[in-house]
This record gives sequence, C-alpha cells and structure tokens, in this order.
Amino acid sequence: MLNFSKIKKSLLTAIWFMFLTFPIMVIHINPVEKAVEWRWHNMFLVGAGSFLLSLLWHYLIKKKERCFKDAGACESDTAPFLQRFMNEPRLYKPALSALTVISLSFPFLFSSYQVNIMTTALMYAVLGLGLNIVVGLAGLLDLGYVAFYAVGAYSYALLNHHFGLGFWTVLPVGALLGALFGILLGFPVLRLRGDYLAIVTLGFGEIIRLILENWNEFSFGPSGIANIARPSFFGMQFPLKGATIYIYFLMIALALFTVFVVSRLQNSRIGRAWEALREDEIACQAMGIDKTRTKLSAFALGATWAGMMGVVFAARTTFINPASFTFIESAIILSIVVLGGMGSIPGVIAGAFILILLPEHLRVFSEYRMLIFGAVLIIMMVFRPQGMISMTRRIYRFENVKEGRGIDK
Amino acid sequence: MEISEGEIITLIGANGAGKTTTLMSISGLVPPKSGEILFLGKPIHKMSPDKIVSLGISQVPEGRRIFPHLTVMENLHMGAFLRRDTDRIKKDLEYIFELFPILPSRRHQTGGTLSGGEQQMLAISRALMARPRLLLLDEPSLGLAPKIIKQIFEIIRKINAEHKTTIFLVEQNANLALQAADRGYVMENGSIVLSDTAQNLLSNNDVKKAYLGL
Ligand SMILES: Nc1ncnc2c1ncn2[C@@H]1O[C@H](COP(=O)(O)OP(=O)(O)OP(=O)(O)O)[C@@H](O)[C@H]1O
Ligand SMILES: [Mg+2]
Repeated sequence: MLNFSKIKKSLLTAIWFMFLTFPIMVIHINPVEKAVEWRWHNMFLVGAGSFLLSLLWHYLIKKKERCFKDAGACESDTAPFLQRFMNEPRLYKPALSALTVISLSFPFLFSSYQVNIMTTALMYAVLGLGLNIVVGLAGLLDLGYVAFYAVGAYSYALLNHHFGLGFWTVLPVGALLGALFGILLGFPVLRLRGDYLAIVTLGFGEIIRLILENWNEFSFGPSGIANIARPSFFGMQFPLKGATIYIYFLMIALALFTVFVVSRLQNSRIGRAWEALREDEIACQAMGIDKTRTKLSAFALGATWAGMMGVVFAARTTFINPASFTFIESAIILSIVVLGGMGSIPGVIAGAFILILLPEHLRVFSEYRMLIFGAVLIIMMVFRPQGMISMTRRIYRFENVKEGRGIDK
Repeated sequence: MEISEGEIITLIGANGAGKTTTLMSISGLVPPKSGEILFLGKPIHKMSPDKIVSLGISQVPEGRRIFPHLTVMENLHMGAFLRRDTDRIKKDLEYIFELFPILPSRRHQTGGTLSGGEQQMLAISRALMARPRLLLLDEPSLGLAPKIIKQIFEIIRKINAEHKTTIFLVEQNANLALQAADRGYVMENGSIVLSDTAQNLLSNNDVKKAYLGL
C-alpha cells in the first residue's frame, strides 16, 4: 500500500527538512574557541526522522481515506470503540465506579502538585462545557469567552475586598453576573454569524481585559488584587494543604453539577432550539423558534459557567490580575471543545483532561513540550476533525409511538 | 390578495417577481414596508415569526432548508416545536408516515444525506407537524423529477382534502400549480397583475404565452 510515489514524497520531505534545519541543527558556532562545528550526524537524524514520520503520515492518511470509502474496513478503529463504550452500560458502569474510587482517593494518594493540576483540569472541563453550549450547540463562534471568566473572578475579588463577602455567597452572584455579561455581549451580535461574530467576541474579550487593566480605581489595574479569601467550609478555614484538597472536592462537585445541568439543557426544548439555530437560522424561525431569545439564552447560559469558574479561580489562587485573562485562555477553552468533540459532553471533558494534563506531564520534555502539544492538535484535526468523542444523535423510536410511550429516547 | 379557508391558492410569476418575498412577509421573516396582512381578521404583519407560527401559519421555505445534521425524526420534532400536546404529535407523526412511506425507513438518517425528493417530503412533513391552518409552500417542485413532482402535488391535494388545510402554493411550474389549485394570482414586479380561477388562468392567452410556454 505504500507505493513508490509516496516514498519519493517522503524522501523529498526529508531533504526539505534537512535543508530547513541546516542552520540550527548542523552549524554550531563555538564562541569560546572561535570555531565552527559541523554536526553532520544531526542532519542525518533529522533526515531519517522526517522520512519515517512522513511515511507514517502518508500511511495514516491513506488508511483514513480507505475508511471513508468503505466504512466496514475500520471497525476496529479506536475512536468508534470509545463511542461504543459510552453506549454500553455493561462496560462503562464498572469503569464509572472505578473512576469514582480513584477520584475520591486521588488527593490522599498524590502530592498537592498533582491535586492542583487535577483541579485545574476540572475547572477547564467546566469552562469547556459552558463554551460548548455557545459553540458546540448553538454554533456561535465565541472567541471572547475568557471575559466572563474574568467577570466572575473580579466579582469575587472585589466583593471580598470591599465588603468581605464569602465564597459561597459570591458563587451564585458570579454566575449571575457572567450570565448578565453574556446577554450584554449577545445583544450587539444578534445579527452576526461566523467570522464576523468571532471578531466581535474577540474584541469584547479584549475590551474587558483592557478595562480591568486600565481602570485603576475600580480594578487596581495590572497590579491586581491580592489576599482574596479561600473558600470556607461552614465558616471554617483550612490550612493550605487542606484547602487544596477541599477545592479539589469542590470542583468535583461543581463539575458533576455542570454535567447534570448541561446534559439536561441539551435534551430540553431550548437545547433543540440551539441546534436548529446552528443548522439554519431561517428554517429555525419558520419552525416558530424565537431567534433572539434562543441566541441570548445560549450566550447567557454559556457565560454562567465561566462566571462561576472565575469565582473558584479567584478563591483558589487568592490573587488575580488581568494577565490571567488573555486571549490564550479563550483559545485553550475553544481547543478543548473542538478537540474533545463539539456538542459532546464526555468529549469536552476528555478534551479538558488531555489539554491540561498533557502539557503538565510533558514538562519532562521541557523545550519540546509545546512542539509535541501542537503536533497532537494538528494530527487530531487531520484524522478526527469531529473531535475525540463526537456528539451522538438522539434516537427516536417510532415503535414506541404506537405503544403510546414517550417519543423521546 | 385573499385566501379563503380550505382553498388551494397559487401564486405564479417570473423569477424575481417577489413571490418568495410575499411568503416571507406572511411568515414575518421579512417585515413588509407598507400594507397589511390579516389572518382570520387579525393583523399579523407586526408580529414576530414565532407568534405567526403559533397562530397556525407554517411555511415550507424555498430550497427546503432541512436541518442537515439533525436526523429525520429530529427534523420532524422541530416542526412541532411550539406544540405541547404530545399525544396529538404522535398521531400526526403516524399520519405523516402514511403520507410519505419513505420517511419512516429513513428516520435515523441525517437530513443532509437525504435525496432532493426525500428532503422536500421531509420539509413538507416538518411544516405539517406544526398543525397549520395555512400551509405556505415555496416551489415544492424545485429540482425534482416529474414523477416525484406529481406525487408531491397529489399529496398536497390530499392534505387539503383530508385536513381542510388552506394551501398557498408558490410555483415556477405554472401548469402544474394551476391544475392543482382552485384559484390563482399572477405577480409581476412585486404586484398582482391578474387574479382568476385556476381554470380561467389556464386558458388565459397572456398567461399561456408568458408562463405556460404555449
Ligand atoms: N434581502 C434582499 N435585498 C435586496 N433585494 C432582495 C432581497 N430579497 C429579495 N430581493 C429582490 O427582490 C426581488 C424578488 O425576490 P423573490 O425572492 O421574492 O423572487 P421570487 O419571485 O421568489 O423569484 P424566484 O421564482 O426566482 O424564486 C428580486 O429581484 C430579489 O433580487
Ligand atoms: Mg422564490
């Protein structure tokens, strides 16, 4: 299946890469001895490496094309396996109980550092699920999602700083403010779609950050707000280690709550309206769906989770400044949604874990970390553009209609 | 222009005459610049599209506009979006599956993978799921084989006869439309230039020349 032309192509790729990396990989100037070293063995390594990788690439592309032509040829594919796994209670029930045991005992088995990373991953899972409402379900490309995260974080920081309000009081307030700002963003962009919407939301995210950066009297500018209170447990404060574990469990609870609410939303009337809106605006209106309300509710209900996570973020780090809310955060959250699988709850959660845990654990490879990370993203998009776990369509059964049982499910 | 209850009315006219725009105005998707639209005696031209649907006007838009990534069943359920009478919805679903026997066998397929004819049937079914009193059809024959067109027109007549659904049919295919309809209007440059019974229009010399190609 690897024919001559593919080998030739790989060879050319290898030569091209050897040429490209020649200045940095081969020539080495030693300033102390004032001599030029020629590291020819590096050139050989680059050549061999890129040749093999290119062959592998072509092989996988070919395989993917074959799968496309003949669906039966790829039954053993790993991704559909995940899909089947999700639909088979006999398989996932034991896995679920194992997962529960692991997640409950996790903070007692691993270091605070590990627990902290896990908490971050859980936070991003919730953020991803929130953005998934806007991007995955309603099909509105929002590049300024981090703005709502900032709104949540600053609402806790400021309310705590000025009025001494506690975490639990501000958690719903932050969520509500997130929703409010979601509507605020929603109004001007009601008529926009696609690229235009992306640009405006990107601008919105930057505006919020710039306001926080420059309005010193309100937000204390770039120096940020320090000494934010950690979450309390019925009025009790934990020492640092205890607080880490407490926030971990808090995040587990919040993540479960999010999954519950989001999955309910997805299967509700408003969830169906979002999907219709994503597919075709005119048809959606012709079905009697109120476009304005549907769009605004997507922005509001998506932003709610960012607002909530903002509060958790501020409470966890005890210090925030505008630098934590740059565009790259929005980009990461969006990657989580796209990589995991738009519209799919397990997909987004898996995406969050991979995107947050992978770079952390790749620290061993230090400088190649981002390189590997980028490569994983590109490979993912080439071979599984629909994400790791794609959205499963609800199955309606007509047989049930005749028996007079519910149509849904 | 006037449509009485239980009638099949057709609006014919050249490309760009303003037929689709007329339907869009009735559905509230394009607000009219001037004039009034009354439905059962009440003005509806200032209402939002969802309010108009809830009054009992549903449209099969030009080019079908199926939700491409939703399954056939989901598409049908979108049609019944504003309804809450679950039992009646089930009954209507059964009725629609009798009208279009091809649909039940395709029910888990996504809308975008249906053939053009199947999509048109789905679009009509989806509009019927709203239980309309007035069904607006915009060029249901667009891009279909003559045999399928005939089938679809028979079903349109059947819906009209069995459910007393008033039907407003916009068509390029003037011949077929006039054969199916009770009365017809001819539109040119955004205004009605002729209105008569379908029979008379079919034998009208101007209409024959301009729209029937005789
Ligand atoms: N949004 C719009 N902006 C500007 N002009 C428009 C708009 N929508 C429609 N028009 C114009 O109004 C005229 C009538 O359009 P309409 O779609 O109603 O025609 P039609 O009678 O349905 O034609 P066809 O048989 O080709 O579907 C056309 O000249 C069209 O270009
Ligand atoms: Mg038209």
